[in-house]
Amino acid sequence: MNWRSIRAIALKDFKEVRQNKAAWIPALVIPLVFALGMPLLFVGLPQLIPVEDMAREMGDMQDFIVRMPVNVQQIFAATSLEQGFVIYMTGFLLAPMFLIMPLMFSSIIGADSFVGERERKTMEALLYTPASDGTLFMGKIIASVVPAILLSWLSYALYIVVVNAASWPLFGRIWFPLPAWWPLMFWLTPAISLLGMAATVLISSRVRTFMEAYQLTGSLVVLVLALMVGQISGVLFLGVVSTFLIGTLVWVVDAALIYISVGTFNRTSLIAKI
Amino acid sequence: MSLIIEVKDLHRLFGDIHAVDGLTFDIEPGEVFGLLGPNGAGKTTTVRLLNGILPPSSGSIRIFGLNPAEQGEQVRQKTGVLTENPSLYERLSARENLTFFGTLAEIPEEVLGGRVTEILSFFELESRAQDKVETYSKGMKQRLALARALLHQPPLLFLDEPTSGLDPEAALQVNALIESLSHKGQTIILCTHNLTEAERLCDRVAVMNTGRVLALGSLADLSRRLWPATWLDIQLWEAPAESILEAAKSFRGVKQVQAESVSLSVRLESKETIPSFVRHLVESGASILRVNPRAHSLEDIYFAIQNGQKAGEL
Repeated sequence: MNWRSIRAIALKDFKEVRQNKAAWIPALVIPLVFALGMPLLFVGLPQLIPVEDMAREMGDMQDFIVRMPVNVQQIFAATSLEQGFVIYMTGFLLAPMFLIMPLMFSSIIGADSFVGERERKTMEALLYTPASDGTLFMGKIIASVVPAILLSWLSYALYIVVVNAASWPLFGRIWFPLPAWWPLMFWLTPAISLLGMAATVLISSRVRTFMEAYQLTGSLVVLVLALMVGQISGVLFLGVVSTFLIGTLVWVVDAALIYISVGTFNRTSLIAKI
Repeated sequence: MSLIIEVKDLHRLFGDIHAVDGLTFDIEPGEVFGLLGPNGAGKTTTVRLLNGILPPSSGSIRIFGLNPAEQGEQVRQKTGVLTENPSLYERLSARENLTFFGTLAEIPEEVLGGRVTEILSFFELESRAQDKVETYSKGMKQRLALARALLHQPPLLFLDEPTSGLDPEAALQVNALIESLSHKGQTIILCTHNLTEAERLCDRVAVMNTGRVLALGSLADLSRRLWPATWLDIQLWEAPAESILEAAKSFRGVKQVQAESVSLSVRLESKETIPSFVRHLVESGASILRVNPRAHSLEDIYFAIQNGQKAGEL
């Protein structure tokens, strides 16, 4: 594999996707909602909701809290009613929702890179270059996965700043991120980004347009929603260990999907779809 | 002289469809070789097979001694391809497009910038180098696509329908560029169904249909093989005397003689007999002003072959 070519493909794809407004506008709006709108809402609510409603809400939360590991329960034991609400909403309930971002980013860029190239009729010239199939594949993976991870990390950084800044009057200290967020950000997020990309490559062999690919990979959001439901219902708690284990499982799935994708990504099958 | 391309009994099947069916030809350095045929004749599939984009179902290909199915990357280092669709990144500038493709062609970083400038200048695109390709006219896009194909100075160039969809002026520009490359000794494979273009540019042509080569050779070869007998138009100083007409009719190889005023039209068995026939007429007392063998255009040849006329003899 030729790393100079890989870098050129990745940069070219990124330049192209930057100019595709249909691709990057949702990629800009959703992180703003998650990293800015949501924390401001959940940190602001305790200031607006009457204390008795808050107490009732905290009562519902108790079911969730008692299913948590003991060391995590202690976080709530030492907090006020308002602080507990903010920790519950921003530290636990929103956590799985953040996985939508790496999934969305990688599938948008992946769809533009793999399917958009075909849709815009530029694939043929690329196939006539001396670059090997492996170089083309790796370039396109990097083009989709690296920006997806970086954008997700940027969103996490913004979220951390906003949560701590908005809840400063309540806590008077930097309390976020909670320990489970570290494996979420640095282990599960890259794995989910790769999952979105690998799914896009597989789907790309069956669809004709960028939008079709994007919509189909969008169905992977169901996995993230399942994690969210699991978290809310208490069936699956995203702690440090469980997040690490889920991440490991996703990496294994990624490896299998990449292995299958490599088999489908070759000049003979790509030219057949032009 | 060593051959650049050697293709033997090449076949490519797509399911039950024979896209390329028993292709055999060689190409020498500096030759402009035309692949002619209607849409679906197998021209583009042939280009893909020769560049290692598709593996053959059977048969052998050697390009610069390499097997494209196994050494595709090395083969594509030595080839440049102008695809039927320009296949340019419309959201990028001309310079960005060429820099990208130059990197993939492994042009060293330290010379790439200079080479891009040089080729943009050669194709008269330098003043628009920073503009997005989507703002270019069709002719400019085709010139840029041709610049891309030549960027890494490949010894073998494939041009797939280079003037397809261009207005006459742009087509003329592109043809002039191809002609100048040919004069510089560039080996070119030209896929086209534009017969005027092929006649002007090609040293030899292969006429294809449904994946098969129906005829292969130079224009003169094909014409000779299709129409061994030839018509000769002769203009005389004065109306031919009976003795001259008799001399013409009695010459061995003459099939038919028609006289009209100061003109004679003679059908000869083969072109080879023209010089001796003319000498014979002069010796018989004819005052000849002009001799004009009737030529067949590539169009005549192409349609004769495609319509199956005498194709079995080729």
